[in-house]
Amino acid sequence: MRLTCTVNGEARVADDLWEGESLLYVLRERLGLPGSKNACEQGECGSCSVYLDGTLVCACLVLAGQAEGAEVVTVEGLAAGDQLHPIQEAYVQAGAVQCGFCTPGLIVATHDLLDREPRPSDAQVREALAGNLCRCTGYEKILDAVRLAAERMEVLP
Amino acid sequence: MSRTRPSPPAPPASVTGGVGESVRRPDGTLKVKGEFAYSSDLWAEGMLWGATVRSPHPRARIRAIETAEALTTPGVLAVLTHEDVPGRKTYGLEIADQPVLAFPDVRYQGEAVALVAADHPETARRAAARVAVDYQVLEPLVDAEAAMAEDAPSLHPGGNLLRHIPIRRGVQDAAAEVVVAGTYELGMQDQAFLGPESGLAVPDGEGGVDLYVSTQWLHVDRDQLAASLDLPPEQVRITLAGVGGAFGAREDLSMQIHACMLALRTGRPVKILYSREESFFGHVHRHPGRLHYEHGATSDGRLVYVKARIVLDGGAYASSSTAVCANAACFAVGPYQVPNATIDCYVVYTDNPPCGAMRGFGAVQTCFAYESQMDRLADALGIDPVELRIANAMDTGSSLPTGQRVEGPAPVAEMLRRLRAVPLPPARRAEPLDLRELPGGVSNVTHGEAVRRGVGYAAGFKNVSYSEGFDDYATARVRLSVVAGEPQAEVHTAAAEVGQGLVTVQAQIARTELGVERVVVLPADTQVGSAGSSSASRQTWMTGGAVKAACEAVRARVLERAAAKLGRDAAGLALAGGNVLSTGGATSAPTDRGTPSGSPGPQVTDPPGAVVIGLADLLGADAVEETREHHHRPTMPLDPETGQGDAHLAYAFAVHRAVVDVDTELGLVKVVEIATAQDVGKAMNPQAVEGQIEGGIAQGLGLALMEEIQVAGGEVRNPSFTDYLIPTVLDMPPVRAEVLELGHPDSPYGLKGVGEPPTISSTPAIVAAIRAASGRPLTRVPVRPEHIVGLDGSG
Repeated sequence: MRLTCTVNGEARVADDLWEGESLLYVLRERLGLPGSKNACEQGECGSCSVYLDGTLVCACLVLAGQAEGAEVVTVEGLAAGDQLHPIQEAYVQAGAVQCGFCTPGLIVATHDLLDREPRPSDAQVREALAGNLCRCTGYEKILDAVRLAAERMEVLP
Repeated sequence: MSRTRPSPPAPPASVTGGVGESVRRPDGTLKVKGEFAYSSDLWAEGMLWGATVRSPHPRARIRAIETAEALTTPGVLAVLTHEDVPGRKTYGLEIADQPVLAFPDVRYQGEAVALVAADHPETARRAAARVAVDYQVLEPLVDAEAAMAEDAPSLHPGGNLLRHIPIRRGVQDAAAEVVVAGTYELGMQDQAFLGPESGLAVPDGEGGVDLYVSTQWLHVDRDQLAASLDLPPEQVRITLAGVGGAFGAREDLSMQIHACMLALRTGRPVKILYSREESFFGHVHRHPGRLHYEHGATSDGRLVYVKARIVLDGGAYASSSTAVCANAACFAVGPYQVPNATIDCYVVYTDNPPCGAMRGFGAVQTCFAYESQMDRLADALGIDPVELRIANAMDTGSSLPTGQRVEGPAPVAEMLRRLRAVPLPPARRAEPLDLRELPGGVSNVTHGEAVRRGVGYAAGFKNVSYSEGFDDYATARVRLSVVAGEPQAEVHTAAAEVGQGLVTVQAQIARTELGVERVVVLPADTQVGSAGSSSASRQTWMTGGAVKAACEAVRARVLERAAAKLGRDAAGLALAGGNVLSTGGATSAPTDRGTPSGSPGPQVTDPPGAVVIGLADLLGADAVEETREHHHRPTMPLDPETGQGDAHLAYAFAVHRAVVDVDTELGLVKVVEIATAQDVGKAMNPQAVEGQIEGGIAQGLGLALMEEIQVAGGEVRNPSFTDYLIPTVLDMPPVRAEVLELGHPDSPYGLKGVGEPPTISSTPAIVAAIRAASGRPLTRVPVRPEHIVGLDGSG
C-alpha cells in the first residue's frame, strides 16, 4: 500500500505499507519522525498526540490509510527551525520535562488547548490534559508550563 | 599576571549554572522537539525486529518446542530457544535463577520461551505465534503463606523461602499498658514507566556486540550479558539510549540478552520493542505484602515495643527480593525510637509475576503498616496522631532496631511540626458548584451530599545507597581542555540518566568545582568504569561524589601547572570564570628557579579574586584528565540470628499530610492537597528536587487509590493502561513542599537522596485522611470504593 499525505507542511509518500500499520508506525518507522511516542498504543496515554487535519488525535489509533491525503502535524513541526515554540520553551523552563517520554504528546495537546482557549483556568487545563499520562512529574510543573506558555503567547504579536 | 601588573578585581568567584541553582536540563530542548533518541526510536540499516514467545501459563513443564513453522514464515531470519543460549543459561541481579529462555520449567505467566527475528515487527509477532510449545500445565502456587508451608511443592532447588530476616532488639516479651494490633495488605504495584522496554543490538562483525538500551546500571547488564553470550566483557559494549522512566523496573534485564542473541545469530542489527501489554510481563513489580503488626505503648504515648511479621511475595524469580526484604525488615518500625522489637520478614518464591525493585524498595510496604498502626495507637491512647509521632520521633543518635546508630540529621519531629504549621486548604466551596472539585468529577455522581473531608499525616524514611556490606562505588572521568578558545570540561560516567536530572547535576558539579561555564556530559557507556545503579536514591551522592573528586583532581593538576608556570604557591590559587585566580593574601613571589619550593622570595599580596592566568593561556592545546572512584563508608551485613548490624550508609526522611474529600456513599475520593516536608541535605537543583517530590507523591497516590496489578491464579488480568490505572492530571492535587537542607556530614555538598522518600509516606497519609473522612479501618491498599463504604464487611 502507498500512503500520500502532508506532514509538517511537506508532501510525503510512503510505499510498501502493510495495511495494518498505524499512522504512528508510519511516522516513526517509515517517515523518520520518531517524536510521537509509543507508550501504550491503545489511545490511553496521549504520548503520540498529533494533529490530523487540524484535529488532535492519538496517532496510534489512526490507521495509516485514514491519513491518505490528510495534513498531519507532529511535535517535530511546531518549532520554527532552531527557535522553540513558546510552549516548548515553557516546558523546559518550568521543569516540566523529566524523562520526557510524555512530553511530545503533552506539547501537542497543550498547543491544541491554547489554540482553542488562550487563557485557560487550571480546571480547564486539567481537563484538556487528562488524556496525557506522565509518570515522572506529578503534573505540577506541567501546569506551571501551560500557565507560563499562555502568558507568553498572549503578549506575542 | 603578577603583582606588578595588578588586574582589575575578578568577577565573583561563583560560576553560573553551578550547584544549588535550578539549571535547565541539557537534554530538555531535544526532548520538547521530539528529537531526543529513546531506545525505542533507534534504527539501523538492515535492521530486524525481534519478538518474544511467552508462556500463557503461570506454571508448566515444557515437553517440546517446535519452531519449523515459524522459521519457514517469509521474512523470518531466526527462531531461538534455550538451546541457543551461548553461555550461562540463567541470569539475575543477586541470584542467577532466571532462565534466559525457559526450559523445562515455566514459573510465571509471560515467561520468555523463544525468540524470533524478522524483517517487520508484525511478521515477527505472527511467527512467534507459530512457535508451537507443548506445555504440561501444572497447578500454580500463588499464595505466599502457602508457599512457605512445609509440604508445599518446591519451585526452586533450594525451596521457596528466598530470605528470612529476624530482628531481635531489647526485651522480646515486653509488656505495655496499651496494645494495638492489625493486619495490613498491599497489592502489586507497577512502575509503569512510559517508555517501553526496547533496545538495538548491533553485531560488530568480530564476534562482539554493541547494545543501545534503556537501563539503570550499564555494567551489571554488561556482566550478565557477557556470561550468557559467552563473551569476554570487552566484547559487549553498552551505551545508554534515551530512557523513558525507570523507577526500579530497569534494574533487571528484559530484552538485552535476547536482542544480542538474535543479532549475533543473524549478523544483523536487531531491535526489540515491547508493547505495553508485553511490558507488564517484561519487568518485575513492587512486592505485594501481608504484614501483621503489634504495637505496645505506655499510657502516655511512649512506644515500648513493636512486633511485626512481614510476608512479601517475591514471585517466580529472585531479582532484588533479598535486598527488598532487608529494607522492609530494617525500617519496619518507621522513623521512631522503639526500645524493643521483634521483627520477622520473609520473602518467598511463588508462581506469581516476579517482584523486585520499585521506588521505595521495601520501605513502602512497611510504612503503610507502621503508620496505620501509629494512627490506631493514637486513637487508642486518645492522643493527637502528630503528637504521638513527635513524641516518639527518631533523632540523630537514635538506634534502629538493628542497633545501628543514626548518624547525620534526622529531623523527623521538626518536619512534623513544620508540616502541621502549613495552613490547611480552604473548606470545599458549596457554591458555585464545580463538579471538577468533587469526588467523581464530571461523572456528576454527587453534588456534595455525602462528601466528607479528612486529613491524615504520615512519616517515613529509608536508606540511601546499597547496604549490607555492598561496595556500590561510582566512577567519573573529567577532562578539562580548551575548545575554540573557551575552556570546556567533559564529564564521562556510566551513570544512567532516567529522567531524574543526573546529567544536569553532573554538569553543575563540574561548573562549581572547575569554574568553567561550558560543560559537556558525554553519553553514558561501558567505556568508563561502573557508576553503580541509578536507584536507591544514591546516584547524585555516588556519581556526584565521583564527579566532584575527579574535578578536584583535575583542579589540583591545573593549579599545580599554573603555580609551576608562574612560580607561585598552588595553595593560593583557585579556578573561577575560566581563569586561575588568586585567593588573596600573601604569597611567594617568583624565585630565580621559577618555583615556590626554593628559598622564599619576598612576600607579595594579591587582591582576592585577581586573575593570575586564563585557562586558555595556561592549557593551550593540552588537556588535563583524571578519573576517580567514589566509595562510600563501608557497611556491614546483618547478623543472621538477631538482625543486628550497621548495615546502612545514611537515611532520607520525609513526612506527608493529605487532605481528601470522600464521597462516603460511593467510595470515591478526591485528593484536595498534599503537603510535605523533606530533608534533602542540599538542594543541588531546587527545581529538579521539587520535580522528584511531586512525581514521587503521584506514585504514592497511585498506590493508595488505584494502582494494582490484578493477579488471579497467577494470571495478570489488567496488563494495559486501560485497566491498570495511573494518576492523571485530574487525580493529582497541588503539592506544597517544605524542603529542608540539613547537610549530611558524609556526602558531597551535604546532599541526601531525594527520589524515594516522596513515595514512601504519601500513601499512608492519604489512607489516613480517607479513614478520617469515612470512619472505616482501611487496612489494604489500593483502597477500593467497597472498603470505603463498608461493603467488605470491615464495619
